Amino acid sequence: MKLIVIAGPPSAGKTAVVRQIVRNLQATAAIAYLKIDVVRAFEDEELRKEFGIPARKVYSGDLCPDHAGIMVMRDAIAWAAGEGADILIVESAGLCLRCSPYLTQSLGIVVISAVSGTHAPLKMGPMIALADVAVVTRIDLVSQAEKEVFRERILEVAPGIEIVETNALQGTGMRYLIRRIEETGDIEDEDTIEVRGVPPLGVCTICVGKKEIGWQRHFGVVRKLDGADWIFRGE
Amino acid sequence: MYPEITEITVLPGRDKNGMQETFDRIVIRPGETLSIVGPTGSGKSALIGDIEIFAREDTATGRTVLVNGGMPPEDLVRDPSKKPVALITQNTKCLADLSVQEFLSMHVRSRRIEREGIVAETIALANEFTGEEITAGARMTALSGGQTRSLMVADAITIGNTPIIILDEVENAGIFKHRVIETLRAYGKAVIFVTHDPLVSLMCDRRIVMRNGTVAKIIERDGEEEKALAAIRKMDGILSALRERIRAGESITEAAFAS
Repeated sequence: MKLIVIAGPPSAGKTAVVRQIVRNLQATAAIAYLKIDVVRAFEDEELRKEFGIPARKVYSGDLCPDHAGIMVMRDAIAWAAGEGADILIVESAGLCLRCSPYLTQSLGIVVISAVSGTHAPLKMGPMIALADVAVVTRIDLVSQAEKEVFRERILEVAPGIEIVETNALQGTGMRYLIRRIEETGDIEDEDTIEVRGVPPLGVCTICVGKKEIGWQRHFGVVRKLDGADWIFRGE
Repeated sequence: MYPEITEITVLPGRDKNGMQETFDRIVIRPGETLSIVGPTGSGKSALIGDIEIFAREDTATGRTVLVNGGMPPEDLVRDPSKKPVALITQNTKCLADLSVQEFLSMHVRSRRIEREGIVAETIALANEFTGEEITAGARMTALSGGQTRSLMVADAITIGNTPIIILDEVENAGIFKHRVIETLRAYGKAVIFVTHDPLVSLMCDRRIVMRNGTVAKIIERDGEEEKALAAIRKMDGILSALRERIRAGESITEAAFAS
């Protein structure tokens, strides 16, 4: 099974990119989808309804969403394998630019909107720097010159990154992303999957830099994939 | 900088009902001007979209666009600094929170251009297209629609140096369309206008008529429309003069039509 992790700031078009991936690959691969969000998310219901794929979500509530993602990842891989999936797509909430949710043995995709401003890529650090592919959305709304400048900014942060420009609603240019997914290898050994970057310093097991995935290997506030229906209501 | 682009070819796809398009192929060469006309929703934007991204049966229309008769090399399609097409749309906005000078300098850097004075040259050229002066220190986000478009056309000519320029309804938002057309011709660019403007469309070598998502007709300029073009030029001159007088706050009386 292939693992694909999609990150990017809110409203960048992550789910539109997921839709295009499913639309393009559904005929040849069984796809499972997991959305990680903080408070409310609807993407799982929408994708299940639209494509009939196994889809679920996990709310991080009082945890940071990347923390929640790391906690549930082993469960999620087991769940997707149990569903017979060839590809598991994990979409992050995309809130923290300091953490980045990309894992080893997976394809890391960052989605950035072309209209988010010239400096946006510079502000996003690890979320761009540790990804394999940057998908730039809403490319139809900016000028040629701005496209070039935006691309240059992304390359400043991540010189080796592959850039795919798209109008994700229509799926233009997505053939390059689809090809990259097709070329991505399966998970080799799920016991050795790690977070690519070192998480920030802090007090929780993730925040102090424990890179193992799965709640079994952590202590303190843990979260399983099942029973994730707590909603964060603030202090 | 580019492999020489000798032609761009559009191969047919399907109309809105999924029927095969009836044209054989549309070939566009540097120095040619082409207009795309048709009612709203007839497929004009989809056609220029196909050309802009070099469709390969992967857009809603199913068309394919070739460069020099073959599939374009991948970096020519994917790297915008190598792409031979610049599209300037009617909703081209510049969201970069930078001054004109900074933005153009950044574009120059991204293209690894070392010629001095190119930024000033671009601004000067843009100012030939628009009546409202663009200054180097102005914020990009504060430019009007006409200024932004004028600057983007100038940028595509000088910094981008793209052989093909697509202008989507350039006639809107106060831009001197004559001067744009003449300048683009002088620079040997292939230019595609999406337009509702009689003058712009009649000035072009060919006119593609869109209907129901498909190319319905291609009209070659064969001289029969010359008289009409001359008449429209005259009318356009009158209207332009009127526009300037209204802008200047004059009252328009019968005498205004005499010239």
